[in-house]
Amino acid sequence: MKEININRSKKEVVILFAGDSGDGIQFTGGQFTETVELFGNDISTFPNFPAEIRAPIGTEAGVSGFQLKFGSVEVFTPGDQYDVLVVMNAAALKVNLHNLRPGGVIVANTSGFDSKNLKLAKYIDDENPLTNDSLENYEVHAIDISKLTKEALKDSGLSVKEIDRCKNMFVLGFIYWMFSQSPDNTIKFIQHKFKSKPEIADANIKALKTGYHYGETSETFTSRYEVKPAPLQKGKYRNISGNQATALGMVAAASHNNFELMYASYPITPASDILHELSKHKSFGVKTFQAEDEIAAVCAAIGASFGGSLAITGSSGPGIALKAEAMGLAVMLELPLVVVNVQRGGPSTGLPTKTEQADLLQMLYGRNGEAPMPVFAAASPKDCFDTIYEACRIAIEHMTPVVVLSDGYIANGAEPWRFPTSKDLKTITARRPDENDFLNDKFLPYERDEHEVRPWAVPGIKGLEHRLGGLEKELRTGNVSYNPENHQEMIRIREKKVNDIALDLPDQIIHRGNEGADLLVLGWGSTFGSIERAVKDLIEEGVSVAHIHLRHINPFPKNLESLLKSFKRVIIPEMNRGQLSKLIRERFLIDAISVNKTKGIPFSVEEIKQAILKYQDHVSTSA
Amino acid sequence: MSVQVLNPSGNGNPLTAKDYATDQDVRWCPGCGDYSILKQVQTVLPTLGIPKEKTVFVSGIGCAARYPYYMNTYGMHSIHGRATAVASGLKAARPDLDVWIITGDGDALSIGGNHFIHLLRRNFNVNVLLFNNEIYGLTKGQYSPTSPKGKVTKSMPYGSVDHPFNPIALALGAEGTFVARSMDRDPKHLRDMLLAAHQHKGSSFIDIYQNCNVFNDGAFGLFTDKDTKDDHTLFLEEDKPLVFGKETKGIKLDGFKPIVVSLEENAADECWIHDPKDKIKASILSSFFEYDMNQGALPRPFGIFYKNDRATYEDLLAEQIEEHKKKDNTDLDKLLSGENVWEVK
Repeated sequence: MKEININRSKKEVVILFAGDSGDGIQFTGGQFTETVELFGNDISTFPNFPAEIRAPIGTEAGVSGFQLKFGSVEVFTPGDQYDVLVVMNAAALKVNLHNLRPGGVIVANTSGFDSKNLKLAKYIDDENPLTNDSLENYEVHAIDISKLTKEALKDSGLSVKEIDRCKNMFVLGFIYWMFSQSPDNTIKFIQHKFKSKPEIADANIKALKTGYHYGETSETFTSRYEVKPAPLQKGKYRNISGNQATALGMVAAASHNNFELMYASYPITPASDILHELSKHKSFGVKTFQAEDEIAAVCAAIGASFGGSLAITGSSGPGIALKAEAMGLAVMLELPLVVVNVQRGGPSTGLPTKTEQADLLQMLYGRNGEAPMPVFAAASPKDCFDTIYEACRIAIEHMTPVVVLSDGYIANGAEPWRFPTSKDLKTITARRPDENDFLNDKFLPYERDEHEVRPWAVPGIKGLEHRLGGLEKELRTGNVSYNPENHQEMIRIREKKVNDIALDLPDQIIHRGNEGADLLVLGWGSTFGSIERAVKDLIEEGVSVAHIHLRHINPFPKNLESLLKSFKRVIIPEMNRGQLSKLIRERFLIDAISVNKTKGIPFSVEEIKQAILKYQDHVSTSA
Repeated sequence: MSVQVLNPSGNGNPLTAKDYATDQDVRWCPGCGDYSILKQVQTVLPTLGIPKEKTVFVSGIGCAARYPYYMNTYGMHSIHGRATAVASGLKAARPDLDVWIITGDGDALSIGGNHFIHLLRRNFNVNVLLFNNEIYGLTKGQYSPTSPKGKVTKSMPYGSVDHPFNPIALALGAEGTFVARSMDRDPKHLRDMLLAAHQHKGSSFIDIYQNCNVFNDGAFGLFTDKDTKDDHTLFLEEDKPLVFGKETKGIKLDGFKPIVVSLEENAADECWIHDPKDKIKASILSSFFEYDMNQGALPRPFGIFYKNDRATYEDLLAEQIEEHKKKDNTDLDKLLSGENVWEVK
């Protein structure tokens, strides 16, 4: 018997669970996540679904994945390369092997490598990678998981199909053993989930324990790891995905401030989960409206906003394109509206299940006429909560439509969240009509305060009857006006109103590093984790670099210019062809360098580091 | 028609049509049929017992869409084709409001066709007034989805090859629960239809023939001109036989085929008796349109084709919310913490 090297301590580990869509991969990953969270690790997760709902079994197109990185240190991303690759079939190995680090561990279900599966995965001449030498640079554990599960459950009374569906629990049990984690939390979960089907619960638990014990008793394994708890900030935590956080932020903004929430949306990947989540919260008075199309969704939200609701519509790029005209209407009406864009790869239908940040300029400029809208971007799954909450506040308090940008990466990704209590939430106060909004007893719907905010008068109140519309408004009265001077003035006012929002937003902070460093990495949106980690590592290595991450892209924070100009050089990594770079260069005349990636997958930490080192080098040599 | 009722807004003075007029100049062309519709609505509204501040007019784009600016209620002149969508959101959010949608044949049936059918299917309790002039007026005279085939317009100088929509058949097909037709030139009938539409709980749709005297003058002359209207119009009344032509002619059903009979040879009560709850007969009535175009044989029906009670979207939504408020968590902090919490100490 080989000696088992127990408790090789590791700071961070990246695992990818991969298999067919029907293999229960997402469930397995979710359970592992919950367990290590309870244990006290920091974690970041990312599910990877196939684009087709039921792609043919065993093919590369049908591979579903769940990637996670957990650690005894702060974890910023789901990881670049895998340390452990768990594959349920040949296709899963074929698709993911390239991203396994040299020397990494492969746990493979051998029955997923029979000749049929090899053929489906298009291995040349059906050559089995588990039995030839192609994997000799990795630590391969080939286990007949299907067979062992079947054997363990032969007396369970379940059908062959039902037994086969328990094999993911075997895998999970085995991985728990490998990382010195207790299976108890998952046992509890299974008992609860299958309360009404005790035979299914028992079988799953048995498979889980069998996998765990297999690790203990098998002679194959030489390594067992331990990842100690991370020094997280004190407090209560839960796990949250970006779309979930977005939905909860909406409910919180409405419920905490006594608004009725109306979310009108049309199904689209990857934004639909916001609709799904909200539709569960009827008890908070949440009204969800699954409209007949994208245009109806935004228009229904505008109608609800006119009626006094906190009205929100959500979609992804192609859907947002359809909403553009109505967003312009909202600009003209000066009603509160939040528009969430969970970005995906474009243009057109593009890459529905992949991520990109290429809708920034669309959100800023993609409307007819001069139609400015505030644009905020969430940086991580949990940041979606704060971002949407703030967007709701600004929309209501400044009477304007507001855009929130998320993307497929943070929408589906999840991480621990030190959730707030209702006491931590800011109060949102609408500007209601007051006595200054009247002229000779006539209500002036477009009278404004010093920040150009007009009153929100909701139907049902006597004496405030008024008409809104998409035609240009006359100053103060809101009547239709074709007067040239009036039009120019209204354009100026609408612009100032949005610009003045900067006065109501916090100053930009430096997330890591110091003002005046040689190099600044300026980011926005979901690149936060990769940039933060890369900058942290390089600062520790002595590189003069800093990280600033923008939530507020329109208007920019009021101190941004002076902050940016303190750095010798600014690089801007974006999952697009340089959209924030264009804005920064145009606005501040800063020679920012654009670092681009448009592969439908996020920047790795390594890619950001390479970019920093490349341009940091330029700074030092030119200095 | 008497228009004076006590003002429900509470000041004790009766509301009158004047209370519903705004200080804005009405900008429709002189002689436009829209004036009549505006007047009939302003006449009917004070009789409904609804406070002015609870009334909202929503429109899209087109000549008719200017309408909300002329009504001293809450209102929104939205974007092309989307009044029905805006009104859906408004009514879902605020079931207490009395919502009227003002639209045209291009607005409702062309660019806004999708929202129009979905509004009817969901059965929001709103009133849809379709100002149907069979032409695009605001863009100066292109054929619309209700223009007859062969119509010569700026955008089809050799005659339109588009087959037109039958708005009544479309509304019936979209599961509308109140489907009626009226016209600008018959104020009394229009007021009756407005009242009936408002009384119906659910989406009420009135196809209003409206003369565009600039780009499509006389499109409905057959139904409005003294010489022809009696022989070409049929006014539907519940439980009454279908008779027309100054009670000289009636309609009978031969199987599913409507035929015109002379009342000199047939008793009126042997004719088809109108039952607005009968959807199959409503569908036959809606197809008089085709007979009329092809054969000139059948008169055009006006009145309530179909009326049926069905739960409204906003009521069902509100019921679901009330039900879940009673049985599910309503504590925001509980929602934020979720089910799986752990503490780092």
